[in-house]
Amino acid sequence: MERTSTGVANEKVLMWTFIGSECMLFGSLIATFLAYRDRSLVGPFEEELLNIPFITVTTFVLLMSSLMMVLALSAVQRGDRRGSGLFLLLTAVLGLIFLGGQVFEFSHFAHEGLGLGRNLFSGTFYLTTGFHGAHVAIGVIWLLTLWTLALRGRLGPEKSVKVEVAGLYWHFVDVVWIVLFTVIYLMSGAAAV
Amino acid sequence: MAIALVLGVITALEVMVFYVEALAPVLVPLLLVLSGAKFVLVVGFYMHLKYDTSLRGLFVGPLAIAAAIILAIMALYGYFL
Repeated sequence: MERTSTGVANEKVLMWTFIGSECMLFGSLIATFLAYRDRSLVGPFEEELLNIPFITVTTFVLLMSSLMMVLALSAVQRGDRRGSGLFLLLTAVLGLIFLGGQVFEFSHFAHEGLGLGRNLFSGTFYLTTGFHGAHVAIGVIWLLTLWTLALRGRLGPEKSVKVEVAGLYWHFVDVVWIVLFTVIYLMSGAAAV
Repeated sequence: MAIALVLGVITALEVMVFYVEALAPVLVPLLLVLSGAKFVLVVGFYMHLKYDTSLRGLFVGPLAIAAAIILAIMALYGYFL
């Protein structure tokens, strides 16, 4: 690593700064969702639609993708080419499974009549989870790019900071979902139980 | 691996308390505590913030502002009642 004034790689400082700004973005989206929760005048309402068992499975998939990311970084730092490629690919695949679940959920909601502008729940729900889904999609593209570098043998221990920065982004996406799962699904769905 | 196991267990606990009617009066604070525990584990261990002390302020500052806004909205809209 080249010498920096902070003693930390500049890429990492940049990513943490970006993550800090993302905290504010998702904080405002979550606050808006909470302010408008249970205020829809027309259905379908959240307690009729949210499928907790299904979303628990996709949440678990995203949590496991974070574990794969940790293993990928460890493999890159050890110079394990095969492990690097495998775990980066597994992380991306789990991310894709999560996205598939989100597409299934959105299309199911749309089929039930919950269009984007249907009510206050639909607007805040699609905006918040859609923003998160877009972040996951960007993360998957990033991971697949790193995977191709690993396959070509261009991701050795000296380039591990690239994977570390991608890992920071991926774990943050996971952390945001931890909050969304609680706030949007468990707290909103509680009314239906 | 141990962190992943704990995260999985906490997620299972969250879903479990969600279905226990007796916990309904304390559901929101309980879910926030469980979710917060998962958050701290991922940020502290997976993102290495426990060790990268020089970078902590870049994350904790904006996070504190976002958390304060969310908690204020929750208090104003009666989520803790």
